[in-house]
Amino acid sequence: MSDAQNQGLPVKTYREAINEALHQEMQRDPTVIILGEEVVGGAGCKGSDEAYGGVFGLTKGLGPTFGRDRVIDTPITESAIIGAAAGAANTGLRPIAELMFVDFIGVCFDQIFNQAAKFRYMFGGKAKTPMVIRATAGAGLRAAAQHSGMLHPVLTHMPGLKVVMPSSPYDAKGLMVSAIRDDDPVVFLEHKVLYETSGPVPDELYTVPFGEAAFLREGADCTIVAFSAMVNRAVAVADKLAAEGIRCDVIDPRTTSPLDAEAILESVEVTGRLVIVDEANPRCSLAADVSSMAAEHAFSSLRAPIKCITAPHAPVPFAPGLEDAYVPSEARIEQAVRDVLGGR
Amino acid sequence: MAYSKKFLQEAYSTMTTIRQFEERMIKEFMAGNIPGFVHTYDGQEAVGVGVCSHLSDTDIIGSTHRGHGHCIAKGCDIELMILEIMGKQGGLCKGKGGSMHIADMDKGMLGANAIVGGGPPLCNGAALSMKTLGKKDVAVSFSGDGSSNQGTVMEALNLAGVLQLPHLFVFENNHLAEGTGDEYAVSGSIAGRVRAFDIPCDEVDGLDFFAVYEATKKAVAHCRAGKGPYGIEADVIRFDGHFIGDPQAYRGDGELADLRANKDCLKIFRARVTGEGWLTDADLDELDEAASQAIEKGVQRGLSAPEPDLSELTSDVYCSY
Repeated sequence: MSDAQNQGLPVKTYREAINEALHQEMQRDPTVIILGEEVVGGAGCKGSDEAYGGVFGLTKGLGPTFGRDRVIDTPITESAIIGAAAGAANTGLRPIAELMFVDFIGVCFDQIFNQAAKFRYMFGGKAKTPMVIRATAGAGLRAAAQHSGMLHPVLTHMPGLKVVMPSSPYDAKGLMVSAIRDDDPVVFLEHKVLYETSGPVPDELYTVPFGEAAFLREGADCTIVAFSAMVNRAVAVADKLAAEGIRCDVIDPRTTSPLDAEAILESVEVTGRLVIVDEANPRCSLAADVSSMAAEHAFSSLRAPIKCITAPHAPVPFAPGLEDAYVPSEARIEQAVRDVLGGR
Repeated sequence: MAYSKKFLQEAYSTMTTIRQFEERMIKEFMAGNIPGFVHTYDGQEAVGVGVCSHLSDTDIIGSTHRGHGHCIAKGCDIELMILEIMGKQGGLCKGKGGSMHIADMDKGMLGANAIVGGGPPLCNGAALSMKTLGKKDVAVSFSGDGSSNQGTVMEALNLAGVLQLPHLFVFENNHLAEGTGDEYAVSGSIAGRVRAFDIPCDEVDGLDFFAVYEATKKAVAHCRAGKGPYGIEADVIRFDGHFIGDPQAYRGDGELADLRANKDCLKIFRARVTGEGWLTDADLDELDEAASQAIEKGVQRGLSAPEPDLSELTSDVYCSY
């Protein structure tokens, strides 16, 4: 969104934007249901009717508004949650399944990649699986190896799945609405360090299309492609370098499947320089994917080797200093841009 | 006297160490000295200690995200635990795992586990090693009412039954899976599920150390004798939140005060041993004080310890490169 479009819009957090999309879509479409652990909270207990509203508060208010028949607290049982969502999606509902932490996808991966993702193709185009899998992803909360992963490369690898990772409140709401209305299984990855970030978000319903990258900054010197929470870091670096006269395109693909390859390639054809920033591990990753795409399709435009700034090939560590060193920093991004510009 | 004084002192010492350790971790967390997510075991001490009293370092346990108590009961060094939980150099896992992934293979502690239901399949593996290698050791998995709903746990029960593995499945039913009650989330009963796999299962009062101890004695003997897996469902309570900082909105009015007054396994232990004349209040107070001092020493060491060296970021991913 341009600044002009932002004027006068209410400011909301990423968390509020997603919560509002869920509220409005459930209001609009009675076939939309939510199921997951603690999405309301307190079932079978003597306390509040809504003990959590999601452990990060994303589904707050939905239980009291739509009732426990549409906002369903489940036992801790990821395979059964995702399987139920996939089966319901095939038979008339539009379920939103919450996985809490994306790391828990390991427990239920079969239901996602062997079942939901493949139905349409295996069944000769006769099946529709309009489901959304919501999960929080990423490092930054000292939650260590089994609660901090960035698994979008694994999910993007799977034909049949769509993978969405908004970096701003505006995109979070618009992409969530698109995800709910999409007839394919969509994995919606919310970065946990973004929940409290805020920005302009219209009150009314709107959609942000899949496969359409956003240009956060524009400049002819270097292309920076960044994903999820890394987008804000890339923008900060671009703004810093702009003060020195170095102008960067900052591209947020917003969805990794489908991926707006055209926008990236067009930018690289102009800048001739590409830095890719991704918090996921480097091997077989989105960074590697975008890099190979540029090498294959924009080789003649490249004026410097492509740089990938990623986490190392290691699980997420617990100790704060180690975790901070794990996640790509603004300093590393800045250095990469300077390197591809030949040391400027 | 049914139990030796030394045995009772050791049992109480471990229980009070766990209680005070968790209370101190809550305090240090709130003071900003512990990063991340921490889930405390206070209230459930009689189970961890009652079970682990029967185990040696070569027996294996698999724990949960609520793992500090199991670590201490299995003999892990509390100072090294504190270093780990604070994310410091020299911690049990070099500061790389933290509270949710704390482990000590040297003590037969196969790890806390941040994936609900992750432990029981692993303990089947440990039990398979013991059986295959002809050892008389036993594997013990700790699970909650929450993980009793995971497919992984049901599959582990079945495989343990099929292979007749020396695996004791301990279910600590604290009636809360995060903030969801077992009355809602567990269809049927946990002990009933275990028995459905033709695995014997005893239901015990998890607030009574002696009940847990005696049930485990029988169960572990069964496993060590090569008679296959066994189950224990212990009825317990959780004194604190799912995690430190949890507002616990799912609790009813006066619920926590009632638990602390009437369902405190340490008070129940104290009443029993002093009532029987086995130990005096002074004996127990002395153990409380010793535990307090040991924890204080560990916390001071933790607070002053350096963070891990940045070179540790990429070490230990593989055994060989």
